[in-house]
Amino acid sequence: MRDVSIIGIGQTPVDEHWGKSLRHLAADAVLAAIQDAAVERADALYVGNMLSGVIAGQEHLGALIADFVGLRGIEAFKVEAACASGAAAVRLGYVAVAGGLADVVIAAGVEKMTDESNEVVTSGLAMAADGDYELPHGVSFVAINAMLMRRYMHVYGVSHDDFANFAVVAHQNAVNNPNARFQSSLPTSRFLDAPMICEPISLMDSSPIADGAAAVVLCATELVKDPARAVRIRASAVATDCLSLHDRRDPLRLDAVEMSAQKAYMQASVAPTDIDFFEYHDAFTIMAALSLEASGFARPGRATELAREGAIALDGRIPVATMGGLKARGHPVGATGVYQIVEAVQQLRGEAGANQVAGASLGMTQNIGGSGATVVTHILEA
Amino acid sequence: MVESKAMKPSREVGIIGYGAYVPRYRIAAEEIGRVWPAAGSTPVEEKSVPGLDEDSATMAIEAARNALARCGGLDPKLIRAVWVGSESHPYAVKPTGTIVAEAIGATPSTLGADLEFACKAGSEAMQMAIALVGSGMAAYAMAAGVDTAQGRPGDALEQTAGAGGAAYVFGPAGESLAVLEASYSYVTDTPDFWRRPYQHFPQHGSRFTGTPAYFRHLLGAGSGLMEELGYSAADFRHVVLHQPNTRFPTRAARDLGFKPEQYRTGLLAPRIGNTYAGAMLVGLSAVLDVAEADDRILAVSYGSGAGSDAFVWKATEQLSARRDLAPKTETYVARREPIDYGLYVRYRKKLYAH
Amino acid sequence: MGIPQYWRLQQQNYRLMGEVCNRCGKRIFPPRDVCPECAQPAYEPYQFSGRGEVYSHTVVYSAPAGYGEYAPYAVALIKLEEGPLVTAQLTDVSPDEVEIGMPVEMVTRKIREFGEEGVIVYGYKFRPAGQLAEMKAG
Repeated sequence: MRDVSIIGIGQTPVDEHWGKSLRHLAADAVLAAIQDAAVERADALYVGNMLSGVIAGQEHLGALIADFVGLRGIEAFKVEAACASGAAAVRLGYVAVAGGLADVVIAAGVEKMTDESNEVVTSGLAMAADGDYELPHGVSFVAINAMLMRRYMHVYGVSHDDFANFAVVAHQNAVNNPNARFQSSLPTSRFLDAPMICEPISLMDSSPIADGAAAVVLCATELVKDPARAVRIRASAVATDCLSLHDRRDPLRLDAVEMSAQKAYMQASVAPTDIDFFEYHDAFTIMAALSLEASGFARPGRATELAREGAIALDGRIPVATMGGLKARGHPVGATGVYQIVEAVQQLRGEAGANQVAGASLGMTQNIGGSGATVVTHILEA
Repeated sequence: MVESKAMKPSREVGIIGYGAYVPRYRIAAEEIGRVWPAAGSTPVEEKSVPGLDEDSATMAIEAARNALARCGGLDPKLIRAVWVGSESHPYAVKPTGTIVAEAIGATPSTLGADLEFACKAGSEAMQMAIALVGSGMAAYAMAAGVDTAQGRPGDALEQTAGAGGAAYVFGPAGESLAVLEASYSYVTDTPDFWRRPYQHFPQHGSRFTGTPAYFRHLLGAGSGLMEELGYSAADFRHVVLHQPNTRFPTRAARDLGFKPEQYRTGLLAPRIGNTYAGAMLVGLSAVLDVAEADDRILAVSYGSGAGSDAFVWKATEQLSARRDLAPKTETYVARREPIDYGLYVRYRKKLYAH
Repeated sequence: MGIPQYWRLQQQNYRLMGEVCNRCGKRIFPPRDVCPECAQPAYEPYQFSGRGEVYSHTVVYSAPAGYGEYAPYAVALIKLEEGPLVTAQLTDVSPDEVEIGMPVEMVTRKIREFGEEGVIVYGYKFRPAGQLAEMKAG
């Protein structure tokens, strides 16, 4: 088993890229990563994506994008794990390099969500849920998370207002991220007054969907030419759970998050207190809260206290969403997991600008598929 | 040899279980009249309206489940026919009967066709189910009559076209809640009310639907059966007649010699409207909810086209024991959520119909 | 989903047919053939009563394709009295009347239609148990 490092990163802004197709968007990110890594070849390309079939009528993205970026002939696959597709692609790249089967691998995530109607996109996103026992009953993905949030509030006696800082902090951080979907801060009052979209989830509880692509270049650490800018992967851990919320052991405990995080801590021989920042999967504020709890940063039902105390701000005990998170940087679903890792690398290289977490040396990224059915956690070191 | 008009099965048959269903929404006749003002009084007070997720199949399923519950532990696989009569089957081709049969667990060794004879499709199914059991071909058979009838906006029938129905399980007389004494069906080719394929709303012959249609057939079947059996109105505790409105069944009951206390229990049209193929069946279920052992009941349906099925039932000792095993018809009638004409138009999809 | 997919799920959708594990007695819905409690084979059919209570709920205004004609509608996680949770719509109730803990009972209703020409899919929904409770004995 070899040590693996990230030697190059690339990302497009998260936006409505009317003028760019799936392959063009992916190419922008991949070519930028290749340039950043200063490599000329790669042994493999893994492309994380969830909705290309439903929205673009296009599958087979591995070969498509490998060819389009000038790497025709190399090993390439599309990787799908719903909203965790991006980190899953990175995971497979890690496995290939760590296992000694490849020296340089590109892991990319790309998603084009604006080429189809809202109804089609919503139906596509819903496929992260159970197609036999959740979807046929007309639940949307938002509705599933709304039921989770309402149950959480009921069991722990927490109010909707208590979730404000998950959104406020994310937006605050996105102000200084030129690639973020939304770059304006969110006053708490706007969160409190936000219209309900699926009670109790309001507009400000939900992350925006848009187009985006991000890519990283993985390399065996022993072959790294520029160690100063390389970021080591200290842990790569995946866990799964049942798709449907109703089949969970306890819907309020994201077991796959706990298992994935614990595996990652063990691999890296660290504890939650060692983590300097956490790029978590804040698709909805309830997911942010449950992620913090299952990853060991707060006890069950207490995550909103962490948020209220300011512990999650850049200068807090456990900074989250340091470049805006899913909430403000945006959530181009299959690409998100790679964005998280790109942003973690920026932090660990000291290149996060105004959002720099002082002294950041150990960062954790966590990408969640569906309502908690696939969780991919990475721990990266400067 | 002059054969008796009254029909009796080869072996004694009775009602093993019965159940009704009426949706919870109501629209007042006055509210319809607010949008479509008409002269004269309203034919009913209010009518039932099915919700967006209801149709004849869903109503038949709940009625069938109630009927099965009142059978008191009958294995549904012993029900060898599930026949559903309606003029609003969800499909023109694909039976409602099989959906109900599957939902109650009667499949696969069962019959499952649909019936159509306007408002007497349900009672026609009853005759068939009685015959299946009475001939010895099956131990148990189910008949249901349900409808989510549509009235053309602005037409007189819009004020009365309601939704609801009931299901009956027939079986050996010894296990029955009410035993069949005899039945009689009176049918002619009389086009008083009809609907051609691909038409959304029916047509009717106005006053032609009265004397030559409803009254001729209903009184023909009812008085015909009473005469054959040698009964007068005084021999019955209850009478249930097809009820397209309040006036027709009231007049017909009086014509047959019945008094208000005899027809009152089974007359639900003022409160739920005309449930078409469900009408007599739902009325009968309300009577069975209160009938006492040995009460004799006359039930007569009417279906346009035209015809009537008449039945004489005698309640048994077992009725009072098993009727609490499912919700009473009055419970469904009393469960009401009033809506206005706008919501009614949405629920009944009238905006898309032409 | 195509017709065969819905057709295969009929016993679950029409009747809440699940399984019971012969080893540990766990009632399983939806059926999955391997007991989630003790990991033993579980093929014994079990008919759920349809009674339960609301575990959580919300209202869907922006419905997925095919469900728009029914919106807005309440959806819920229902805790069946035998233990399992199911996801389902609520019916015969105004969305603002729904509360966690509310007793409910299963009814079979239209889940969706595939346009005016396509099949109609029927399945379970839940309504407040109190509505018809007064007259039901036993």
